[in-house]
Amino acid sequence: MTEPQGQVRSGWPLYEVFLRGKRGLNHVHVGSLHAADPQMALRHARDLYTRRNEGVSIWVVAARDITASSPDEKDPFFAPSGDKVYRHPTFYEIPDDVPHM
Amino acid sequence: MTEDEFAAYQSLSGETEDHRWAFGTGFTDPLEGIDTSVPDSVDAQALATYCLMLGDDALVYSHRLQQWMTRMPELEEETALANIALDLLGQARMLLARAGRAEGALLTGGNGPDEDELAYFRDEHEFRNVRLVEALDADFAELAGRLLVFSAWRLALFARLAESADPVLAAIAAKGVKELTYHRDYAAQWVIRLGDGTPLSHGKMQAALGTIWPLVDELFEADPVTAALPGVAADPAGLRGEVGAVLDAVFAAATLDRPGGAPMARVAGKSGRDGVHTEAFGYLLAELQSVARAHPGATW
Amino acid sequence: MTALPQTGLPGPALAGAVPAGAVPAGAGLAGAGPGHDGASDLQAHFDQTLSRERRIEPRDWMPDAYRSTMIRQIAQHAHSEIIGMQPEGNWITRAPSLRRKVILIAKVQDEAGHGMYLYSAAETLGADRADLTDKLVHGRQKYSSIFNYPTLTYADVGVIGWLVDGAAICNQVPLCRSSYGPYARAMVRICKEESFHQRQGYELLMTMMRGTAAQRAMVQDATDRFWWPSLMMFGPPDDQSPNTAQSMAWGIKRHTNDELRQRFVDMTVPQAEKLGVTLPDPDLRWNAERGHYDFGSVDWDEFMAVIKGNGPCNAQRMARRKAAHDEGAWVREAAAAYAAKHAREEAA
Repeated sequence: MTEPQGQVRSGWPLYEVFLRGKRGLNHVHVGSLHAADPQMALRHARDLYTRRNEGVSIWVVAARDITASSPDEKDPFFAPSGDKVYRHPTFYEIPDDVPHM
Repeated sequence: MTEDEFAAYQSLSGETEDHRWAFGTGFTDPLEGIDTSVPDSVDAQALATYCLMLGDDALVYSHRLQQWMTRMPELEEETALANIALDLLGQARMLLARAGRAEGALLTGGNGPDEDELAYFRDEHEFRNVRLVEALDADFAELAGRLLVFSAWRLALFARLAESADPVLAAIAAKGVKELTYHRDYAAQWVIRLGDGTPLSHGKMQAALGTIWPLVDELFEADPVTAALPGVAADPAGLRGEVGAVLDAVFAAATLDRPGGAPMARVAGKSGRDGVHTEAFGYLLAELQSVARAHPGATW
Repeated sequence: MTALPQTGLPGPALAGAVPAGAVPAGAGLAGAGPGHDGASDLQAHFDQTLSRERRIEPRDWMPDAYRSTMIRQIAQHAHSEIIGMQPEGNWITRAPSLRRKVILIAKVQDEAGHGMYLYSAAETLGADRADLTDKLVHGRQKYSSIFNYPTLTYADVGVIGWLVDGAAICNQVPLCRSSYGPYARAMVRICKEESFHQRQGYELLMTMMRGTAAQRAMVQDATDRFWWPSLMMFGPPDDQSPNTAQSMAWGIKRHTNDELRQRFVDMTVPQAEKLGVTLPDPDLRWNAERGHYDFGSVDWDEFMAVIKGNGPCNAQRMARRKAAHDEGAWVREAAAAYAAKHAREEAA
């Protein structure tokens, strides 16, 4: 869908984000974000979904460019275990006998 | 209600082998395997002061960036900003630690001050940061412009320092180069978008550059500490051309003019590197140090 | 916590009530009316998915009220994460050690990320983030009332990690099994990170409790101020929560407010004992018969006052969020203008 000439939407469009981890075989849909253009979307995806983890391949696609199938088919299963959750962990001490933590 | 209702929680918290991980910085220790004693050929006092200079630049500038958290123009920018603030704080920590270590080398049998003693218990005149990093940005255009200048300059400096004869400084700089490349790129993208965006953003971006420009010259001034560390420190004067070229390239893409105007004068010949700062700096330090100073000797 | 709209029990889909885009391509359902075979098939499929504890996904058919309730719940959760950046962010610049400062910045950054994951989940239901932000800043959608309390000392940072994140975890872990797929998946990611936030807060408190008398007093004072508001995070008592039944039928809510509140108390009392702080409730005691802790009455008047907008920080939290959004408009517009200019150039 093209914008009418001279008219700029001030909202940033939605981009869907796909990641392939270092040991992954293919890209997995992990969520979405807003950006003004594809380059910004890539940068945001790196910040938000990979926490600057190197070696991760990122695809961003404007949501409007995605064609989806009928609702009977499931979305690709999102597997969070492939993502590194902690960007920069450091040690801290919690005694072993503190319950529920 | 049964225990297995919360099995998900148990498994979440029990998932990693190590229950002690939390957030912080520097998972891979850039100083791993590096001899941290001060090389014999190096003037330890000068090294300590030099590390304070670079460390204070990062500490103070990170503070200003932290003040923009929850004020950024879009949520995605919050994540980017926090990354930059964290990177600079990480650099500051390592540099302050190095400064303390170098000072410790001067004391017989003593340890020098640690990062927190240096950050929280020095007074204003003991800080060695340039004046550029002390101002609170009036708007996002100033944030982008100041970050561009700072990171372009610091990146050029660190690229030289990666060859430093002090192995710790070299390691810190090598890690910093990757981070500063990201920071410079982030800032450049924003300066370009604002410069070549709307007429309003163009005006604000040009005005922001005008506000920042008087403090740029100071970044390239030679100083006696650097001169006392040949092969260890990087001469800022030699960076002027390279950094100027980077800035000009960004300004051109942004349809912005390089500002004219005279550099900000010194005070009785002294400036940030000598411990003579702007009025804003006193308030900044008061905020940074207030809790630590209210509880001297406490562990946090 | 979240005030859910009043709805009746799910009934057959009504004509015209099926949202655009949700109608399956090949089902031939133009002009579905009440009692039409296709429409009740959709409802039956929806009900069956729920009863089998499977997930509803973005392009599945769902009742309007399920969609709007889900959007509201997810959005309010997202708003809570974003607003929650403020009370803790309040102490970043004053953090008394560089290590604590780094940890706190990373934590607040995570909260921004959590907010974005959740807005992203809400958008899969057809919501628009700019519109949700608009509703937030104009008071039409809410966020967790706990963030309307002030953070007055550095110990508050630790207590928020321990009690507020602890309560949030109790609320959120069951949501990992939410009937709505994108929400459940976002919650799994978020819960992992929250458990570390809680530990970080607790560790700060442990360090302070082993420190100076002033530090210990600070921790006790912060606990005194945050204990009861943390219990309020689970929402009003069950007998004053009429929407619970509907939400549980839809797999939106997995446990009642009182169940979760009890669970939180049971988990937290031993943690307080290990820490060496007293929880400010003289009626708190172990009840061997019930196998749970008995505790005193929450001040629901204070809760209602805060929910209605009269808490200590409501105005300031909203103003900050609104200012960031409003003052950022020219920046967002500039980026959009730049993108449009250069897209046209590429196309030319």
